Amino acid sequence: MIDKRVQTLADALDGVADGCRIMVHGFGVAGVPEALLNALLERGTTGLTIIANGAGRADSAMQKLFAAGRIAKLIASSGRGRSVEPSPFEAGWKAGRVEFEIVPQGIFVERMRCAGAGLGGFYSPVGVGTKLAAGKEVRAIAGRDYVLEMPLTADVALLHAERGDRWGNLSYRYAERNFGPAMATAAALVVAEVDKIVELGDIAPMDAHTPGVFVDRLVEVT
Amino acid sequence: MSKGLTRRQMAWRAAQDLADGVYVNLGIGLPQDVSNHVPADREVIFQSENGILGVGPAALPGKEDPGLVDAGGQRVTLIRGAAIFDSADSFAMMRGGHLDFTILGAFQVSAVGDLANWDALEEFRAPIVGGAMDLVFGAKEVRVLMEHNTKKGEPRIVERCLYPLTAAKVVRRVYTNLAVLDITPQGMLAREIAAGLSFSDLQARTGARLTLANDCRPLVAPEL
Repeated sequence: MIDKRVQTLADALDGVADGCRIMVHGFGVAGVPEALLNALLERGTTGLTIIANGAGRADSAMQKLFAAGRIAKLIASSGRGRSVEPSPFEAGWKAGRVEFEIVPQGIFVERMRCAGAGLGGFYSPVGVGTKLAAGKEVRAIAGRDYVLEMPLTADVALLHAERGDRWGNLSYRYAERNFGPAMATAAALVVAEVDKIVELGDIAPMDAHTPGVFVDRLVEVT
Repeated sequence: MSKGLTRRQMAWRAAQDLADGVYVNLGIGLPQDVSNHVPADREVIFQSENGILGVGPAALPGKEDPGLVDAGGQRVTLIRGAAIFDSADSFAMMRGGHLDFTILGAFQVSAVGDLANWDALEEFRAPIVGGAMDLVFGAKEVRVLMEHNTKKGEPRIVERCLYPLTAAKVVRRVYTNLAVLDITPQGMLAREIAAGLSFSDLQARTGARLTLANDCRPLVAPEL
């Protein structure tokens, strides 16, 4: 019998160690596994590399992790939110305590998709001639220049979905889907917090946006 | 000296050029207002990089759905016929040339259409590249909507961008409060100039050399 459900957030993060590379789902406030991030803060894990679209909103658990000095590196497409004041991430980066790798958002997700799909990299026209393509291998294909982008993997992915079942099938609410499906394929350990754990079959097959095979643990949050 | 159009009027002007049936991605900030000014008899579909095709108006207070935000984080609604997809599909849509236009904000645009809009090299702030680079390398046409000058009065339209480039030679049309400018093989062409402003006034507030279009018209918009 397959049962990926765990009872507590602490159980969901079992084995997550100092220095881990952690993918964090979400765009703005939509799809962020806020309960898992708060549990990560409580856990005390440090030296983390966070792979997320952005550094998190002003009052988010992610910014609390930055403020607590737990994050050594951020890989993201956005380094700032809408707040007028610099965030704990920005303060840490400017002070040299946090490393920042900025990646165009579509390349960010495609590198994860690539890793999760067993590919060794891909050629992309994005950023050619800009400083974000500096140092990358360039190849002309059919008269256009492309740069080689490498797969992006992680030890852990933390996801949020509206519904999940004990096999790990996930269904996301509207635009909460964003990076969830790609991250679910690209990390060694995939942990999802869900608003509701439902019975097998309650998620219609065409609504199982992330099939259970990609998911390792599931925890219900309220 | 003339300030030209208001910000709402600038968004209105950019919206008038969107033909029936086009698919458009709008940048964060001023460009987002473009969607509010599309003539009612046209179906123009707005894409949001976080995975929505068919973004509708902002959600009314009390009617927000936590799962529905746009690229700027605003709580939005969906129009009838909207579709939801993941980020990989969203960027396939952009890079694969499936969107007709992107209308973006900018720090600077150069005479040949170089775009700088991701890193203003601020002392205490981090940059955002977001989806801008994917968009400008993939959308069929890139347009910019921005104030003609910075708050300090410096030109945003320049011979060479001082800020790090988003892409070289990608911008085709620029809408500002003072003018509509096209980037052509012959240089930057003034198509429309705000009422009360002469071509030499416009040139004086622009950091790149302009050419006056033979059929240059006044840039006008209704009171909004």
